[in-house]
Amino acid sequence: MAEIRIENLRKQFAEFVAVEDSSFTVADGEFLALLGPSGCGKTTTLRMIAGLELPTSGKIFLDGEDVTFNRASARDIAFVFQLFALYPHMNVRKNIGFPLLSQGVPKAEIKARVEETARLLQISHILDRSVFGLAGGDRQRVALGRAIVRRPKCFLMDEPLGTLDAEFREVMVHELRELHNRIHATTVYVTHDQHEAMAMADKIAVMNHGIIEQFGTPQEIYRRPASMYVADFIGSPPMNFLRFTSGLRKGARSVSVEGVEVALPEVHQEMGIGELALGVRPEHIRFNDSSALRGSVYGAEYLGTNQIVAVETGKGLLKARVSADRTFRIGETVGLELDSEKLSLFDCASGRAVKSSLYTEARHG
Amino acid sequence: MSTANSAHSVVEPSSTTKRIAGAIVILYAIVTMVPLAWIFLTSFKSPPDSISYPPKIVFQPTLEGYCNLFTTRTRQTPDYIQSLGAPTSTCDEITRNRNMVIAGPSNYWPRFQNSLIIAFGSTFLAVSLGTLAAYGFSRFKVPLADDLLFFILSTRMMPPIAVAIPIYLMYRQLGLSDTALGMILLYTAVNVSLAVWLLKGFIDEIPREYEEAAMIDGYTRLQAFRKVVLPQATTGIAATAIFCLIFAWNEYAFAVLLTSGSAQTAPPFIPTIIGEGGQDWPAVAAGTTIFLVPILVFTILLRKQLLRGITFGAVRK
Repeated sequence: MAEIRIENLRKQFAEFVAVEDSSFTVADGEFLALLGPSGCGKTTTLRMIAGLELPTSGKIFLDGEDVTFNRASARDIAFVFQLFALYPHMNVRKNIGFPLLSQGVPKAEIKARVEETARLLQISHILDRSVFGLAGGDRQRVALGRAIVRRPKCFLMDEPLGTLDAEFREVMVHELRELHNRIHATTVYVTHDQHEAMAMADKIAVMNHGIIEQFGTPQEIYRRPASMYVADFIGSPPMNFLRFTSGLRKGARSVSVEGVEVALPEVHQEMGIGELALGVRPEHIRFNDSSALRGSVYGAEYLGTNQIVAVETGKGLLKARVSADRTFRIGETVGLELDSEKLSLFDCASGRAVKSSLYTEARHG
Repeated sequence: MSTANSAHSVVEPSSTTKRIAGAIVILYAIVTMVPLAWIFLTSFKSPPDSISYPPKIVFQPTLEGYCNLFTTRTRQTPDYIQSLGAPTSTCDEITRNRNMVIAGPSNYWPRFQNSLIIAFGSTFLAVSLGTLAAYGFSRFKVPLADDLLFFILSTRMMPPIAVAIPIYLMYRQLGLSDTALGMILLYTAVNVSLAVWLLKGFIDEIPREYEEAAMIDGYTRLQAFRKVVLPQATTGIAATAIFCLIFAWNEYAFAVLLTSGSAQTAPPFIPTIIGEGGQDWPAVAAGTTIFLVPILVFTILLRKQLLRGITFGAVRK
């Protein structure tokens, strides 16, 4: 097992910059999710770590060793492909044993290790089946088996659950995390699904247009999004933005949102007059009729345990996640109270979060 | 796994459509099979039966055609034949009944061997070169790849025989005239363009992920090619090999022009049988029947690989 460190990695395809100046470290045994929409450069980053693509510039270190220009076969890593890439001319046993064969492991040991791996993944019963006609989940397990059988330095996974049914995906998310807890392999996992990333990863790197917008734990990314992009990408419904124009003073503890004074974590940054956005998660909005921030109910979405209520405030539509007990009428006037300890503030021009006491520990991508 | 496949027809053909389609297939099969069946039947006829009119469907089968194909014979007086004692083989007996004796083997077998060596040799070379070139074109950024592919294809845009005279002169200079090597090189050159184009299509169909997976699993690109790409390309390789083999096996024009003796193939030899002792159609038919066997066997042997093409790409698209 090993640490993966990438430094100023950049990849350009002709005119198109797929990955721009990326740097991060995945600690030994850590599970990193590269999260972002399609075309954001997450798969390209993964393929460069694997050695399937060469970077235009930058460096990749595996366990401290510079492997930037090493062949894929010399890096001792495993890769699980989105379409699994199970060799169709081999049965399950041969597929799993194939990486060991290249290392010249004796036949008896291959057999033992393949069977041990199959037990770990609970696929012993299909070892001698052809890979044709395997169910999606079993294909997934065979692909995982081929990855873990030789105990590589790290695992790279490219949207391995992307093609599974929704219900099965949840089972596999659980299984993958379980597997990670058992074997503690350094893992880089590419996905566009925030739930997968949140549920499995120790660290998440949110990518957009080839740039890492934020790198941090799922909690950091959810609670202290470093940019409006991250705030909008993570969470469902995403973070609400209340846009307003104002200047900022260092040490301020409130802002005036078009006449309404809103308390927030202490601002650590001086700013001239400009467009700002107050970021508030749906679950940090409460209904309080005495609040000065008012709006009319636009719609409500009942979810069983709670409901999402959309309120038109005149400064934008706010979606609040509140208890399902209260019934709202469309058009009803309500007062909204925001949980001031948890508010984020963004500079609309740069899209970045304004430094505040909430953000002091946050690392910006 | 996605089950949606827009290319699939949803409408099940009606039974009338099926019946008409079936009738067309059967009719086509008859049209193509009858000449072959006729050749096969003729090879077992006696020379008078083979030219009788109306043609005989029912006749007394004889091996005379095959005996005549493989032997050269000389006419002798009945007294001389009487003096020879008991015939040593069926062919000996058949030949004596025609007042002839076997003088020695004919050239059919050596010519047939030439055909085997030249056709299989050139097929092997064309398919090997074609597979490597197709893999290169499919997987690597080859400078001017499109122009090169067009150039390769353009070699087939004129009939090969159009360059027969330059090739004849060139071969005479190089000492390749009437040699098996010369014919193998020539047929390889003609077939390799077909092989590159056919195989490139097949290799393009094999997802790159398989090789990438193999390379990550610790194999070099060459090993990945051998262990992962080749086994999956067998369908395409088999189909290509059959096309190349059929061309090389049937080729007549160059064979007539460039081979006359030791490297002569069966196609230019078979017509020469007619001349030996009258219109010997059964011998020609026998030569043709035997000539058809290798292609038949080769196709039947590779049938499985050809059929596997149907399940090709079943690993999740």
